[in-house]
Amino acid sequence: MDIFEKLMKLDRRWVFLFLIAVCVVTYAADFEIPVLVEPEVEAIFNFVDTLPAGAAVMIPIDYDPGSLAELHPMTYAIVEQCWRKNLKVVFSALSQNAPGMADQAIRDISDSLKVEKEYNGVVYPPREIVNGVDYCFLGYKPYPAIIILSMGQNFRLPFPLDYYGTPLDSLPMMRDIQNYDDLACVIDISGTNATDYWISYGQGRYGFPLAIGVTGVSTAQYYPYYGSGQIFGIMGGMLGAAQYEQLADNPGLAKDGMRVQWSAHMMIIAFIVLGNVGYFVSRIRARRGERR
Amino acid sequence: MKRQIPVVLVGLFGLFMIFQYFVPHESSEWIYEFLLDWTIIIGIFAMALGLWSLYRVSVEKIRTRKPAWGYNYLTLVGLFTMMLFGFTSQNGEAWGWFFPFMVAANLTLVMIIQASVTKGHRGLFLGTAGVCLAVCIVIIIFDDTWGFHFETAEGLQSTMFRAFFDNILIPIFATMFSLLAFFIASAAYRAFRARNVMATLLLLAALIVMLRFNPYFGPLSPYMSKASNWLMNVPNLAAQRAIIIGVGLGIVATALKVILGIERGYMGKG
Repeated sequence: MDIFEKLMKLDRRWVFLFLIAVCVVTYAADFEIPVLVEPEVEAIFNFVDTLPAGAAVMIPIDYDPGSLAELHPMTYAIVEQCWRKNLKVVFSALSQNAPGMADQAIRDISDSLKVEKEYNGVVYPPREIVNGVDYCFLGYKPYPAIIILSMGQNFRLPFPLDYYGTPLDSLPMMRDIQNYDDLACVIDISGTNATDYWISYGQGRYGFPLAIGVTGVSTAQYYPYYGSGQIFGIMGGMLGAAQYEQLADNPGLAKDGMRVQWSAHMMIIAFIVLGNVGYFVSRIRARRGERR
Repeated sequence: MKRQIPVVLVGLFGLFMIFQYFVPHESSEWIYEFLLDWTIIIGIFAMALGLWSLYRVSVEKIRTRKPAWGYNYLTLVGLFTMMLFGFTSQNGEAWGWFFPFMVAANLTLVMIIQASVTKGHRGLFLGTAGVCLAVCIVIIIFDDTWGFHFETAEGLQSTMFRAFFDNILIPIFATMFSLLAFFIASAAYRAFRARNVMATLLLLAALIVMLRFNPYFGPLSPYMSKASNWLMNVPNLAAQRAIIIGVGLGIVATALKVILGIERGYMGKG
């Protein structure tokens, strides 16, 4: 077996070894990958950025820890932007393990707001995030389609109490929020098919502005909804999150992870090219052999 | 009758839900909200059934000594432990006798499983389970440093519940998902061969999308980005739209078959 045949039939354990080596080395290295922003991500940022203080945004956290690397940075970037701009946030969780993810994000981002920071040239003073005033976490209920439909009637139908057991009417920010009509928009961050339900049963039925943040592999399937105007923005995978962090001038986990993702992609492309070189050379040799 | 009543109910409620969409009257809205409430309640019962099913399947695997049957003990003990931590709102200051309670509760579970999977010594296992259960009850009665909160989600703030979630569940899930990167890399290396025109097109499209934001292509970078945007917004959108419309029509056809009683698979019989 010559080198070209070996290139075609490389043991997959070599691919694994190279991939882990590339990931570890680039994770430890210190360089930054410049991020170019797509219009579909910029649309979400601009929408949130132009909302008046006091407006309410709903952010359903519909992902499990498996999608954490791609979707948690989106949540962190958007929620921090909302709270810095004094927007109110309604969280929900329509995936079984999502309440834990939302709970963790709320704790971390609340801590982050306690220090003064400057974003895009604007200095934001530290502030305390208060449950019921700055946010309401509705918690988890099974069957996303039904819950999305119910919330369109009234949030109190599926969630009479919030995640922490407080009646929704006791929360100051929820007194003026009955259903989707009282929200500026919904930004669904999802690693499950809950996004389909938000589009069909939420936006389709109640007509609110909807944007989505989804995993890289499922991004392509939601472009028809972006083209038709049913969603006004898409963030796809870690790249989408990094773009949002770039726009928000709040570099975090996604921008940090871009160099690992970029290097891994380059390595995969190199393997694909090598495999094809081996394939073509073997094919040319085989043809020559047939002629002789 | 056993089959006709469900078919009639499904037909009635299915037709109502269709017509309700076009009738914005107050009474129609009220019935709609009432039905949504019922659906949520029925759904929650399904979760209880799921728990029971998991217990039955796990015990059956232990009884028949299926490969890796020992992990089923771990599944059930893990499930039980997380449930107990989820029901108590202990915040780490005064755990009191909670951990002995947890050990006794899990021992009760294991003894009950043992009693149901072994033919001999059933009495011994059941007796031990009874003693462990009694210990649990005594601890609940006399230790007032912690309590159960079945009526609210207060228990989900328990430090142990959070610690288990943050330090065990998240790393496990993240590890499982990250393994996918290795399989995708290996599959891409093997599958992306320019064997014919279609395969070459697929390969080129994949390369452009992967390289779309590569900042190190100098003057080529904006063109790569534009090409990638075109791929996503034109050919991809057209193909996805065709799939979505096809799936949508399929869903409508299946829903009509269910409502009209032609499709009865949901009753467990074709």
